[in-house]
Amino acid sequence: MKFNRLILANLFRKKIRLALTLGSFAVALFLFAFLAVVKKAFTGGADLANARRLVAINRVSIINPIPLSYRDKIARIPGVQAVTHNNWFGGIYQDEKNFFPQFVIDPENQRQVVPELVVPEDEWKNFLKDRQGAIVGARTAKRFGWKIGDRIPIKTTIYGTGGAWEFIIDGIYHGQRREDDETQFWFQWDYFEERVPERFKGLVGWYAVKLDSPDDAVRVAKAIDAEFANSPYETKTETESAFAASWVKQFGNIEFLILTIGSVVFFTLLLVTGNTMAISVRERTGELGILKAIGFKDGTVLFLVLAEALAIALVGGFLGLGLAILAIPALASALSGLLPNLILSKSMLTAGIGFALLVGAASGLLPGLGAMRLRVVNALRRV
Amino acid sequence: MVSVNNNGNSSALIQVRGLNKAYHRGEEEIQVLQGLNLDVDKGDFVAFMGPSGSGKTTLLNLLGGLDVPSAGTISVAGDEITHMSSSRLTEWRARHVGLIFQMYNLIPVLTAYQNVELPLLLTRLSRSERRRHVETAVSIVGLADRMHHFPRQLSGGQEQRVAIARAIVSDPTFLLCDEPTGDLDRRSADEIMALIEELVDKHGKTVLMVTHDPIVAARADTVLHLEKGVLVEASKSRQPAVAGLAGGAA
Repeated sequence: MKFNRLILANLFRKKIRLALTLGSFAVALFLFAFLAVVKKAFTGGADLANARRLVAINRVSIINPIPLSYRDKIARIPGVQAVTHNNWFGGIYQDEKNFFPQFVIDPENQRQVVPELVVPEDEWKNFLKDRQGAIVGARTAKRFGWKIGDRIPIKTTIYGTGGAWEFIIDGIYHGQRREDDETQFWFQWDYFEERVPERFKGLVGWYAVKLDSPDDAVRVAKAIDAEFANSPYETKTETESAFAASWVKQFGNIEFLILTIGSVVFFTLLLVTGNTMAISVRERTGELGILKAIGFKDGTVLFLVLAEALAIALVGGFLGLGLAILAIPALASALSGLLPNLILSKSMLTAGIGFALLVGAASGLLPGLGAMRLRVVNALRRV
Repeated sequence: MVSVNNNGNSSALIQVRGLNKAYHRGEEEIQVLQGLNLDVDKGDFVAFMGPSGSGKTTLLNLLGGLDVPSAGTISVAGDEITHMSSSRLTEWRARHVGLIFQMYNLIPVLTAYQNVELPLLLTRLSRSERRRHVETAVSIVGLADRMHHFPRQLSGGQEQRVAIARAIVSDPTFLLCDEPTGDLDRRSADEIMALIEELVDKHGKTVLMVTHDPIVAARADTVLHLEKGVLVEASKSRQPAVAGLAGGAA
């Protein structure tokens, strides 16, 4: 492009100012990526939720269990393809810092209801045969260096007196999608039922219900809740995405919080860069006058100012996002288990570049319009 | 007061008729130029002299299409510029006017080469064609060996040479010089004037120059005096050049 050298020369006119402006863009874009990743980690469950799955919990709260006997009753409701049940184990592996979610599963129906978490067939067969067997997500296996055959002691904090339960890793599951949670630890219902104190026996944490069609969701949910209405264990059934969303709400309005921080970052950056561009253009009023005097049109002058602002935005944006690409995996590794899906996706990077360009364009627009409207004779007086 | 003469040379390159320019300061109207008529032929070298505030620079700005008159017309090579839109006037300026200023007005972050190339960026010339034109212009002003220097690495005289190269690189119809030697020592001023004379004599350029300096003005073909916006006197200097001169009656 013919004007490249002119744009570049103007950009490098004040190197310290350029570095500081690039730095503010980089920091803002890093923060943008970080906030986007955290938001996604909190709310991503709803996005990943299967439209053909319902979750039935105790109407009082998810902490309260519901009877195992509900399984067959739910399975008989028209529109239900399969039912599985889970319990939260909440155990500790070696140290409390080593958090990862452990679930008691119903091996008979688990794979049918949750097909996106894939276990190799031979490993699954071994698991079914092994009462103490466990299936672990690939990320957790990698995190602790576990391999098939390893014996893993996990201390219970909810069930019993706190002794360690021993499990044998029979398989490692992988998610079909990049965002799928690969941190879970599954073990057999029978083993759980055998070891828990009497008062916990025959009780499950929740049911996951697979439907024939997503269109049946409302009807089946109502039917399940109606089935157990006025019983000691009333249920609350909702779609998996609604369940995930209400789970996130327990932490507070994360989305609002992130949006607020993001907006503050956006406007601060806009003010900083807008001010920088305005100063930069004002300093060059005379030169812009010269350009217009020798034949640069108003539109070309506007283009030059905007191109400078956009170039700063783009380079600063790439720096910030590059930093995020390097830092977020490290952060994800440090927070593994607590926030499982800290993944910087391509769509977030694209949105980040879009965000940078938007701020760049907005910050360059007013000074650019000012430069465009500059009268040559007035500008030349300021040389 | 100079008498009105609208019967100038109709084939003149630049024809100015009844040119008025007034500024408003609050309620007060300040008449800067008052009914000027002027004809300049191709190849003429005209100097405008006069005290500060007499309207020399205003006249130059109007002739260069940098400002618009309050009344009257300016035609250059048949194009009447006074009624052109701002956008057309900018295009016209790029094609027809070469501007040389007292303070050189180079872009400090560009090299001499890049400064000279600026007007060509507005054309459809290829990079190699632009290079050829720039090298020709730079060699005419005698700065081929300083082409890649930045303005801060050049003397005042050299900077003005770069400005002249920038003014002539697109081969404009005429050059407007606003105090081209005003910021130079006598020796450098002589060199610049010799260069401008060369542009007129050797390259057939038409030059209109504003100056305070009578020695510089004496190098022009014709010297016109402006006083309070009125052309009051004309004198031939080097040789007859101005085809038709008339002072507009106020």
